[in-house]
Amino acid sequence: MEEPGNLEVSFNPVVGIPKATNGFVGSTTEFEYGLKGWWTTEFYLDAQSTRRDSTLFTGWRWENRFRPLLREHWINPVIYVEFEDINGADKSLKEIVGHDSEEGLATPNREARRERKREIEAKLILSSNFKGWNVAENFIGERNLANEPWEFGYAVGISRPFGLEASPRACNFCRENFRAGMELFGGLGDWHSFGLRNTSQYIGPLLSWELRNGTTIRFSPAFGLTGSSPRVLLRFGVSYELEGFGRQVRQMFR
Amino acid sequence: MTKHQVTFVLAAFFWMTLLAWSAKQPKDAAALGSELARAPAEAHNWKNPYAGNPEAVTAGKNLYQRHCTKCHGDDRKGRDKAPDLHSSVVQEAAPGTLFWLLKNGNLKEGMPSWSRLPDQQIWQLVSYLQTLH
Repeated sequence: MEEPGNLEVSFNPVVGIPKATNGFVGSTTEFEYGLKGWWTTEFYLDAQSTRRDSTLFTGWRWENRFRPLLREHWINPVIYVEFEDINGADKSLKEIVGHDSEEGLATPNREARRERKREIEAKLILSSNFKGWNVAENFIGERNLANEPWEFGYAVGISRPFGLEASPRACNFCRENFRAGMELFGGLGDWHSFGLRNTSQYIGPLLSWELRNGTTIRFSPAFGLTGSSPRVLLRFGVSYELEGFGRQVRQMFR
Repeated sequence: MTKHQVTFVLAAFFWMTLLAWSAKQPKDAAALGSELARAPAEAHNWKNPYAGNPEAVTAGKNLYQRHCTKCHGDDRKGRDKAPDLHSSVVQEAAPGTLFWLLKNGNLKEGMPSWSRLPDQQIWQLVSYLQTLH
């Protein structure tokens, strides 16, 4: 959850290295704002570029996260609701659901972009913190509003900072600024065929580095585990936090 | 304009309106004392493992500058809903209750939960906060 009044701007490119189709770079540019301590809202702009094809804007998403329990518990749920208006050429791969596969990424952009996808997505995010470890489990449900069945997916991750104590020195390279972990994610089929059959599954390490000026850099290569997954997804992220953005907006409205 | 573009403009406008609305929160003084009083009884007995450790105070100051100045200010006197941390409520609080408040936050009043920080760093913050006489 974003801290109230702060705006975080992130750029999250993903480089896809498929087995049989053209490589691509999908990306989301994310604007995340903390409305309340228990409510964060985000707006995304998606784009992609495919090798030997074209570069295009693929749509937008609006997401809201709510924290229903106001106190800290051993498992802390967050409810996530998203509306997305994207086209079929979207390759941001923000999450994997249903029977998403490499085959679906092979359609040329000029054809894929004709498909409109107005979808709602709901997630239950469960997160626990224990002795510096963070364990998070996501269960994802997504539905195209054009009367298609619910598709499901999941993500499980664990991470920990390199150092639990903060250094008395003000530094960027201190151990506590680095975090490493592991993530497993993939599709779980759809309403009519729930399960792992014909789904994409990925596993990979997570690395992040938080700088003192509010910038966070992330890298997470994910390796396809099933025949229908691309070989590798190289996921990058850089985010910058604009502190006191809400205060500045308030001054504009005075 | 296509239907898709109209939807996009409306959604972007609605999102910006939501930001402006949320920023217009009232400037109530936070009831910090009553929030600390909600800490469980055992929190009063939690000992700060860094008590009397000057390095922890320096580390806590760095953590404060990184995570807390945006609301409580560089001078730690607070602004909007964020309280003055020099107040006797903070200075005289049992360290365990401050640890509990930092870990849980006060989400209704806009104080975020700092549970994403390891316990060691929360205690370092407590060490720093209780030196602000």
